[in-house]
Amino acid sequence: MSRKIVVGFDGSDASVRALDFAITRAQAQGDNILIAHVLEWSPYSFLTAAEVEERHRRRKEELQRAEVAILTPMVKRVEDAGIPCATTLRYGHIAETLCRIAKDEGAAMIFIGRMGDSGFASRIFGSVAATLAQVAPVPVVIVP
Amino acid sequence: MKTRITAATLAALAAGPAAAQGIDETVNQIFANSTGWFVSLIFSNFPGTTFPWIVGWLVVAATVFTLYFGFIQVRAFGHALALVRGDYSDPNDAGEVSHFQALTTALSGTVGLGNIAGVAVAIGIGGPGATFWMILAGLLGMASKFTECTLGVKYRNEYADGTVSGGPMYYMVKGFAERGLPGGKILAVLFAIFCILGSFGGGNMFQANQAHAQISNVVGAYPGWITGVVMAIIVFLVIVGGLKSIARVTEKVVPFMAAIYVGTALIIIVMNYDMIGTAFSQIFVGAFTNDGVVGGMIGALIQGFRRAAFSNEAGVGSAAIAHSAVRTKEPATEGFVSLLEPFIDTVVICTMTALVIIITSQLISDPATGLFVLNEAGTQIQTVTGNSGVALTSDAFSSAFGWFRYILVVAVVLFAFSTMISWSYYGLKAWTFLFGEGQTKELVFKVIFCLFVVIGASAGLDPVIDFSDAAIFAMAVVNIIALYLLMPIVKAEMNSYLARLKSGQIRKYD
Repeated sequence: MSRKIVVGFDGSDASVRALDFAITRAQAQGDNILIAHVLEWSPYSFLTAAEVEERHRRRKEELQRAEVAILTPMVKRVEDAGIPCATTLRYGHIAETLCRIAKDEGAAMIFIGRMGDSGFASRIFGSVAATLAQVAPVPVVIVP
Repeated sequence: MKTRITAATLAALAAGPAAAQGIDETVNQIFANSTGWFVSLIFSNFPGTTFPWIVGWLVVAATVFTLYFGFIQVRAFGHALALVRGDYSDPNDAGEVSHFQALTTALSGTVGLGNIAGVAVAIGIGGPGATFWMILAGLLGMASKFTECTLGVKYRNEYADGTVSGGPMYYMVKGFAERGLPGGKILAVLFAIFCILGSFGGGNMFQANQAHAQISNVVGAYPGWITGVVMAIIVFLVIVGGLKSIARVTEKVVPFMAAIYVGTALIIIVMNYDMIGTAFSQIFVGAFTNDGVVGGMIGALIQGFRRAAFSNEAGVGSAAIAHSAVRTKEPATEGFVSLLEPFIDTVVICTMTALVIIITSQLISDPATGLFVLNEAGTQIQTVTGNSGVALTSDAFSSAFGWFRYILVVAVVLFAFSTMISWSYYGLKAWTFLFGEGQTKELVFKVIFCLFVVIGASAGLDPVIDFSDAAIFAMAVVNIIALYLLMPIVKAEMNSYLARLKSGQIRKYD
């Protein structure tokens, strides 16, 4: 039976490595891939009046840019490898949104890349990989 | 060598302020002379009384809306909180402006010096009793806000590129046309003119003025135009230069400053818990009796209503401009969210300031009679330090925590700054409504806006505060006429929304 693998993809080198690794696993196991691109967004940030006014237009632009620059070429990469591929584009807290996608889509696994930051910032704010490892509803594969 | 430089510097410093004070005085004089007529028109009394008609106008309107919408501020309070929490937001709309963001953006335009300086002015003149009327005006004002913000969203203009323009100018034109009423265009033009004046006055000069007062209160007196020029340059960089980083930093720091401010006020109140009863009795007694303040009980009422209106801007129409930019399918939701603003602004934050001033006993009363003692001119209650406005608030807070005056300087400057940025947007929307959109036209407005920052910081408090009030209240005159004529539309929106909410058609997302 074909399972669905969610790959968290942000365009970084690490996320490309995660996708490539997911492709090899999917080929081996006959799975299909859902590329999930999450744009960081908090409904509790503070905006100026001018930013509020532009927000809808900005959102449209951001979605379009993500579709063209990030998702379309990656879909081709996956399909060229002979694997059925779908995409999803969301706004939100990255780790939480990936979990939600995995749950909604009934995915079997989440693949993500790891930035490898061991620095001060990620110690304080946590990283997406670390958060997912803690809270994901399905097994998580973290690709270095 | 070293001593010579010091001596020269001292001489320069001594000469500088003298010349500069001259500039300040000239600006002040010209300003008072040229705006006096406008101020007296707006604040003229009902014939034979000392009651300004404009205050009656606002309170009557807020009361009418409260009754007409069946105490919507009470009925919808819980639902408003649920909306802000995001309970009713479709996850697929993530990335659009949330209700929380709409609320905080509108609040950053109102939470500011009105809450810190305006309250001190009200209590300094009207005594503790002014607080009671201020809170009452805040509670009633919630209904005015609900009305104007619902209309703002309903009649905004949406453009092909996804941006929106809205506010009273637009509901006056479109709403009046829809109801077949004449005069929508004329009202809209009048409103836009007053809104531009208001953006120069309360949204700008008053802010610059009090920011300067607070800085010089801490670092020592120096000419106001220096503060004015520095603030004008920063405002210019943000609104003309598109230096978003400054605006973004302010927007993030301002809420924390507000939290620190309210937190400190609460600590001072709790530290003096034995005074809380006395403070409230002063507030209630002062509200209904003559405790020796300027103008007696009516004086307290006028000051309370006046400062509340200036602080929360309910009925003024400014919030309708801010809220109309939010994407929502239901105009009523923005109305509900906006009714929280007068509550947070006036009922919570203003009351904190008032309580701290009263509890720390800044006002001098005669121990024999219990009445407050007025200053020599009879225009204000005498205070322990002889200060008024923002300096009075600073004295009250510093009497408990000496360091708080420094925090207050930062808070005042940031609040002033964020209010200016918000009002530059409101003014600009009114400006483009009158003159059309275009880079040069917008630049002209922005440059004039910055010039008024300098004037505001240089002019003395009285002419500035009077003009600020007059311009903002003039907006309310026009806006409330429109609200009366359009309120059946709001009622239809509200009833339809509440019915669907009750039937479960509008549901929470989980």
